Amino acid sequence: MTRRNLMLLAVAVAVLGAAPFIGGNYVLRIGTITLMYAVVAISWNFIGGLAGYPSFATAAFFGLGAYAGAIARTAGVPETLAWLLAMLAAGAFSLALGFVILRLRGHAFAIASLVVIEVLREIVTSWDSVTGGGAGISVPFAAATPEAIATYYYWSMCGLAALAFAVLYHVARSPLGFGLRCIRQNEDAANMVGINTTLFKTAAFVLSGVFAAGAGAIYASWTSYIDPADAFDIVISIKAIVMVLLGGAGTVLGPVLGAAAFMALDEFAWSNFLEVHTGILGVLVVLLVLFLPTGISSFSLPDVLRRMRHKHGSPAGASGR
Amino acid sequence: MNHFQFALNGLFLGGLYACIAAGFSLVWGVLHIINMLHGALIVLGAYVAFYGHEWFGIHPFVSMLAAGLIVGAFGYLVQTGLINRVVTKPVLVTLTLTFGLDLILINAMLLAFSADFRTVVLEHPLGTASFGGVFIPLDRMVAMLLALAMIGVVYAGLRLSRIGRAIVAVRADREAASLMGVDVARTYSVTFAISAMLAAAAGSLMSVVFPISPTTGHLFLGKAFVICVLGGIGSIGGAVVGGMTLGLLESFGGLLFGPEHALTIAFVLLIVLLVFRPQGLMGKKGF
Repeated sequence: MTRRNLMLLAVAVAVLGAAPFIGGNYVLRIGTITLMYAVVAISWNFIGGLAGYPSFATAAFFGLGAYAGAIARTAGVPETLAWLLAMLAAGAFSLALGFVILRLRGHAFAIASLVVIEVLREIVTSWDSVTGGGAGISVPFAAATPEAIATYYYWSMCGLAALAFAVLYHVARSPLGFGLRCIRQNEDAANMVGINTTLFKTAAFVLSGVFAAGAGAIYASWTSYIDPADAFDIVISIKAIVMVLLGGAGTVLGPVLGAAAFMALDEFAWSNFLEVHTGILGVLVVLLVLFLPTGISSFSLPDVLRRMRHKHGSPAGASGR
Repeated sequence: MNHFQFALNGLFLGGLYACIAAGFSLVWGVLHIINMLHGALIVLGAYVAFYGHEWFGIHPFVSMLAAGLIVGAFGYLVQTGLINRVVTKPVLVTLTLTFGLDLILINAMLLAFSADFRTVVLEHPLGTASFGGVFIPLDRMVAMLLALAMIGVVYAGLRLSRIGRAIVAVRADREAASLMGVDVARTYSVTFAISAMLAAAAGSLMSVVFPISPTTGHLFLGKAFVICVLGGIGSIGGAVVGGMTLGLLESFGGLLFGPEHALTIAFVLLIVLLVFRPQGLMGKKGF
């Protein structure tokens, strides 16, 4: 870690540690959401940033975690155990799913991962004996003051974010991270030089699933009510991608910085332009893509471009215009 | 229950699905863009038809032309002004951009038209005909025929017109087409405009059959995805086959497993197909 990054980390720890003491419930709520976004962004970074696979399954994992956690809680499982169960369930699910859809690349993978959200939402909606169907499911919550509850979930989300960050930090430096970066640059070549691409991609996908599900499970306990439209919202997937692109894909600090920056902009839009909030979010996305080439170009490395062009047989950059 | 009835319902729906998917498939095949805006364009077309009917009493089957022209022009401007700037970037970039545009357009439509579900109620519905125990809803049949006619016009345009050949050339080899003097950026804009036109026309026809709200766009988008993958990306014939297949699947899937599972069945089939036959039922043959 460079000196600059160490200082950033120190500032982040100081801010996170001070937040429950300086602000009221509003600050805690914003803090919890920011940490949740950070987890979701880190989760996507494993598969999308490091391995370069355009995954949209984040919302599917998030919703799965939220529902698994909520169902476990209503069955009487203690809270922390319910969260772990949710992460485990999502791990198993992403392992099975990854086995099937990680054979696909590019557009096909993007669509397949997107479709998973729809399928899970449909299943959850129609399986109402277990999930409560379209009416949603209520999660039992502890009898405590609102302040105590807000602080508790803030620290829970903080713990998960710290864990996710530590895992990402470790993975980025390990042979796994190296292998994933090779896959992003050229999967066939990586395979040829002896990297077990199937194993590596699946590992990244499972890590992505586990952490997104953890965020979903804590979210469900925190809000104490979820419904299919809320838990399996494709916007979660899109937000994860936008945050990582904003911060710098494939980096360790990028997802966290992106989540913080995104949250600041999002909260600004919410509080000032309630009616056109999603429109403002859209404008933000468009501006980011069109006019913030550094955030984007850290992802669209020349080799990624080359791979995409090679795959789709459409050569050349600006020369064709 | 009469199975012919279900087959017929599926085919009538399938015609509209084909029209939705043909434009989506065209943009995907030629521009290599997954156009997340497509669903919103369909809804926009439906609103043109709805207000054309509400204010001026124009039948949606007529106003589909106006809807196509208006939304087509809108699509041309969006592609020229915004999407062309990043059209060669990886899928994630263009997809994120079109998703941002989709958020803006849906928000704008929510403000302008509110979230209420609306549907065009015709004063003089054509009613139903009965043929050998099978009921034929005539309005839906005409809608399907018009949708297929639109697709037919676009297909002929791609084969016969100068700009149509340019589109096919760019799809086949962008760089070679450019060397042959094809203006690639303009061809992209025209392709996007044609796609938007088809979307709006389909939306107008849909307004008679489905209740429309700004948020239904994503439902149509999901169906367009499935159809494209079913039929094969970038092929008009594939879109027709895929659309009909999805229509029949939803009809019979609803019969066998209950209507609430129709979408799940389609999506599960989609994943199976993606894995075992990623080139689609019809394969990649172009136009």
